[in-house]
Amino acid sequence: MTAPDIKPDETVDARGAACPGPLMDLIGKIRSVDSGAVVALYSDNDQSHTDVPEWAEEAGNDLLAVEERDDHSVFYVEKA
Amino acid sequence: MTDHIVVLGGGTGGTVLANDLADHLGPEIDDGSVEVTLLNDDPDHVYKPVWLYVPFGQREPADGRRPLDELVDDRVDVRIDRVTDVDTDAKRLSAREAVDPIEYDYLVLATGSTLEPDRVPGLAEGAHDYYSEAGAETLREELLSFTEGHLVLSVVGTPHMCPAAPLEFVFMADDWFRERGLREDVDITYTYPIQRVHGNPHIAEWAQPIMEERDIEVETFFNAESVDPEAETITSMEGTELDYDLLVGIPPHSGVDLVADAGLGDDGWVDVDRHTLEAEAAEDVYAIGDTADTGVPNAGSVAHYQAGVVGQRLASEVRGRPATATYDGKTLCFVETGMDAASFVEFDYETPPSPAPPSEKLHWSKLAYNESYWLTARGLL
Ligand SMILES: Cc1cc2nc3c(=O)[nH]c(=O)nc-3n(C[C@H](O)[C@H](O)[C@H](O)COP(=O)(O)OP(=O)(O)OC[C@H]3O[C@@H](n4cnc5c(N)ncnc54)[C@H](O)[C@@H]3O)c2cc1C
Repeated sequence: MTAPDIKPDETVDARGAACPGPLMDLIGKIRSVDSGAVVALYSDNDQSHTDVPEWAEEAGNDLLAVEERDDHSVFYVEKA
Repeated sequence: MTDHIVVLGGGTGGTVLANDLADHLGPEIDDGSVEVTLLNDDPDHVYKPVWLYVPFGQREPADGRRPLDELVDDRVDVRIDRVTDVDTDAKRLSAREAVDPIEYDYLVLATGSTLEPDRVPGLAEGAHDYYSEAGAETLREELLSFTEGHLVLSVVGTPHMCPAAPLEFVFMADDWFRERGLREDVDITYTYPIQRVHGNPHIAEWAQPIMEERDIEVETFFNAESVDPEAETITSMEGTELDYDLLVGIPPHSGVDLVADAGLGDDGWVDVDRHTLEAEAAEDVYAIGDTADTGVPNAGSVAHYQAGVVGQRLASEVRGRPATATYDGKTLCFVETGMDAASFVEFDYETPPSPAPPSEKLHWSKLAYNESYWLTARGLL
């Protein structure tokens, strides 16, 4: 898959973080950024594929894209 | 030449480690080839698990304090000072009272967690906590006079100390109000940031039905954004607003600034190899306990086991032998499920937790563990 043309404002590298690490790390970062900012979450935890979209929808943030890389995925989330 | 080992932080991890080093390296300390210094900013050692019982009138904050020099082996040099800066290239520390920098050959960071309620507007003013000594005392005043209304416990920040303690608090509160015939008049709500009631899916699966049975309301995907102390409401990033009469908040946590300033990790948590506990960004620096970013819970039992690992590794290193001891993620936790029943979990990097059926025996085991803690800190258990 080609990388989406998105320039994240912040990156959270949660690779290796045990469940529920990546989602918690993303929430922590979203807390600290301004509305409209895009956060890229790096996760190698399969659970993130359900956790992240579920939470993004619940919180009204936009999951712009999910990029599959060799050994991890990148979730691009825009703060509402 | 003398090898100087400096342990920064005289809480659970640092104190157990300092005593472990005195024990393992006694002969080397006696002949002057090794010196061990323990630095802490408070002359007392503080045992935080006692605070869970303070709001229910079952313990006093003083039960969780002992002078550090009574707990630590005489061969360890205990210095009471606040360290302000770590320079891992020059291998030295600066402290508030110290005129000269403190040089080290090996440094162990055991600086624990810091509470940051100010990160959420209104939280410090509107919410109570039992994650600090002063907080637990104030909450006791509130709880003892609380006879009706809505009690909300909100887990605001993660990671936080003792991931089980918020569950324990609502289980204990439920039982405590029932025993006093007040439960009909008190509603209890528990909020958690993600889609289940605990970070660990196995513990969440165990706790959720107990909460249903006990009529403890649950709000998941609830990340507190602000608290309005006047209106007595707490609002989440997800747009849910809850009215409360008594709010108990588990505040956001971070490590200490000097860790980030020294480039050892973000938010004050030290990036470490999760088996050797060596800092990734500097030589001859270890981290144990809450400040070591290993992904396991911030728990006293973890700090205790990690202290044993680093004690062995340092003893090997100063003797010029390869260090072989490693940490396997071992975590042990008693979980109160009421005022006189508890469960127990034990897990590691490979084995997930499987909570034991709650019993009175486990409750007494938890209390006995807390009492015998002073022997643990001395390195005797
Ligand atoms: C309410 C509550 C209940 C808990 N219950 C349990 C439980 O049942 N079981 C369990 O296993 N764990 C429990 N815990 C968690 C446990 O208390 C902590 O995880 C544990 O204390 C961590 O040990 P530590 O050595 O990393 O840090 P701490 O014990 O917090 O010690 C850190 C020390 O470093 C000092 N320090 C920090 N910065 C500096 C500086 N710059 N200069 C000098 N000194 C400094 C601090 O003053 C402190 O003395 C509980 C915690 C709370 C709050």
